[in-house]
Amino acid sequence: MGNINHVCFRNFDLDQPWTFEAYENMGGYKAWRKILRGELTREFVLEEMKASELRGRGGAGFPTGLKWSFLNPNAPGQKYVVCNSDEGEPGTCKDRDILRYNPHQVIEGMAIAGFVMGATVGYNYIRGEFYEPIERFEIALQEAKAAGLIGLELKDTKVAFDLHTHIGAGAYICGEETALLESLEGKKGYPRFKPPFPANFGLYGQPTTVNNTESFASVPIILEKGSKWFSEQGIPNNGGTKIFCVSGHVNKPGNYEVPLGMPFSELLELAGGVRDGNKLKAVIPGGSSAPILTADVMMKIDMDFDSLAKAGSMLGSGAVIVMDETTCMVKVLSRLAHFYDEESCGQCTPCREGTGWVSRIVHRILHGDGKPDDLDLLDNVAANMIGRTICVLADALAMPVQSFIRCFREEFEYFIEHGKSMVEGN
Amino acid sequence: MVATREGQQMANANKARLSDSAKAEIDAWLTKYPQEQRRSAVIPALHIAQDENKGWLTTQLMDDVADHLQIPRVSVYEVSTFYSMYDLEKVGTHKVCVCTNLSCMLSDSDAVVARLKEKLKIDFNETTADGKFTLREVECLGACVNAPVMLLDRTYHEKLTPEKVDKILGELE
Ligand SMILES: Cc1cc2nc3c(=O)[nH]c(=O)nc-3n(C[C@H](O)[C@H](O)[C@H](O)COP(=O)(O)O)c2cc1C
Ligand code: FES
Repeated sequence: MGNINHVCFRNFDLDQPWTFEAYENMGGYKAWRKILRGELTREFVLEEMKASELRGRGGAGFPTGLKWSFLNPNAPGQKYVVCNSDEGEPGTCKDRDILRYNPHQVIEGMAIAGFVMGATVGYNYIRGEFYEPIERFEIALQEAKAAGLIGLELKDTKVAFDLHTHIGAGAYICGEETALLESLEGKKGYPRFKPPFPANFGLYGQPTTVNNTESFASVPIILEKGSKWFSEQGIPNNGGTKIFCVSGHVNKPGNYEVPLGMPFSELLELAGGVRDGNKLKAVIPGGSSAPILTADVMMKIDMDFDSLAKAGSMLGSGAVIVMDETTCMVKVLSRLAHFYDEESCGQCTPCREGTGWVSRIVHRILHGDGKPDDLDLLDNVAANMIGRTICVLADALAMPVQSFIRCFREEFEYFIEHGKSMVEGN
Repeated sequence: MVATREGQQMANANKARLSDSAKAEIDAWLTKYPQEQRRSAVIPALHIAQDENKGWLTTQLMDDVADHLQIPRVSVYEVSTFYSMYDLEKVGTHKVCVCTNLSCMLSDSDAVVARLKEKLKIDFNETTADGKFTLREVECLGACVNAPVMLLDRTYHEKLTPEKVDKILGELE
């Protein structure tokens, strides 16, 4: 299978890989030092980013190079680079490990981004529960500052980039980039209307680019080894490797950084196969917001943005949640619905009301009180949640709801009719 | 014990003020943001205030934070009520936050929850009679490949089993 763990996780077999020395010994800060010495131009770096075919690792898969080109580096006024380390999408736990084990690569990636976009200040927004990753990142940042690599007044260079750690306090919605900016401004995390997009009106109203932790951590190696090397790790239009967080019913759950486009069957094998020799039932392939796919679809699919989109789901954050034949789909959907109901910020009516409504219906089915027309009602409520709100949190529940009913209608009907699960032991 | 009523009584009784060292810590955070953006420090400031008041925030402390940041008090209340890590009522010495979201559920967080409730003899959102533990059900903690997971004060405990729960609680008792 080869080729595993060699971009964001490339240092994982080192002793104390998070230290400045370990990162430098591995070739870290080479690209940034070149930039400080004036050896690389903005145009060159931006072209390399585009050619790498790196797509955003936070959920939407937007091409990173293209996103960076939306900011005019020469426009007057302060510009910002913001890293999204709010990691809260159920199933997702890769940014935590990047921050704990390879924080310098995030710092270098953010600095390079700042250079390309003419942004001299950056913030890394880390979720508040991540005490250990916050500490690791902050220590790494102080090391980089002490080494004269990060700051507004660096020696022998015209380039400047200052960076700060910011922390959250428990709110999934703050992972949405405009809610994150509100939160960084000290407000509650209400997503903003778009347009204007952050590239025009971001942090403190200034042009801002938000990228995911894994996206930033992929940047230094693109410059170190070249865009061609990076893009060829993956497949066309899906450059590089991706960290898949494989959780649920597998023998060896874990974070696996593998080439994009790897067949799911191989990834499953890496994760030790389905637990106890059980049969695979279904997989949520990209975090809880991604529609569920059945075993037969999954066993034929490749793990990249385009293949998963074509199959009606998405690669999302790369959280692969594996469920075996003992899993009750009503119970699973009930738990997801509860999550979105809890985390809806309440700003838009279709989301505030819709998530609660869906949650109550699935909950009553699960407790044996389902009504014959509940599935039609669920479908209807879900359809009315899609595309009607400021952010896509509502869609992130509605689309899974539709997919669960589409793939496992029989199981829901059985529960409604018999008041108990079709799956034994549930 | 009824956490709410007790909490409110305590709220009245607790006259703690934001300490000078907390203010100094907040000032260090303020250096990260543009001068006219003091409000940006409100989330860290509330964490600092909460940490020095045994894990919960009183109205007095929120007001102190607002005054120190020179921002309207209501904008601090808005934040403290929006984010789940802030407690506005008295809590136990230790906060036990157990994840029951999907990956954890698939790895039998139910058994972990059952053992926690049995050992502590409380339900979610309650505090033990001796004031030692508050139990919380939380959403995904971002450690799903090591499910089931709980956050005990500032420490993650992963790949939990009922036996591990016994051991972890035992070490605190
Ligand atoms: C409800 C919601 C939650 C999100 N949570 C996260 C998150 O925890 N981390 C993240 O990087 N992106 C998250 N996103 C996506 C961000 O809005 C944004 O697209 C991303 O940070 C951009 O970075 P990228 O282009 O590098 O992927 C979330 C989006 C939504 C709608
Ligand atoms: S689902 Fe429990 S830590 Fe993510």
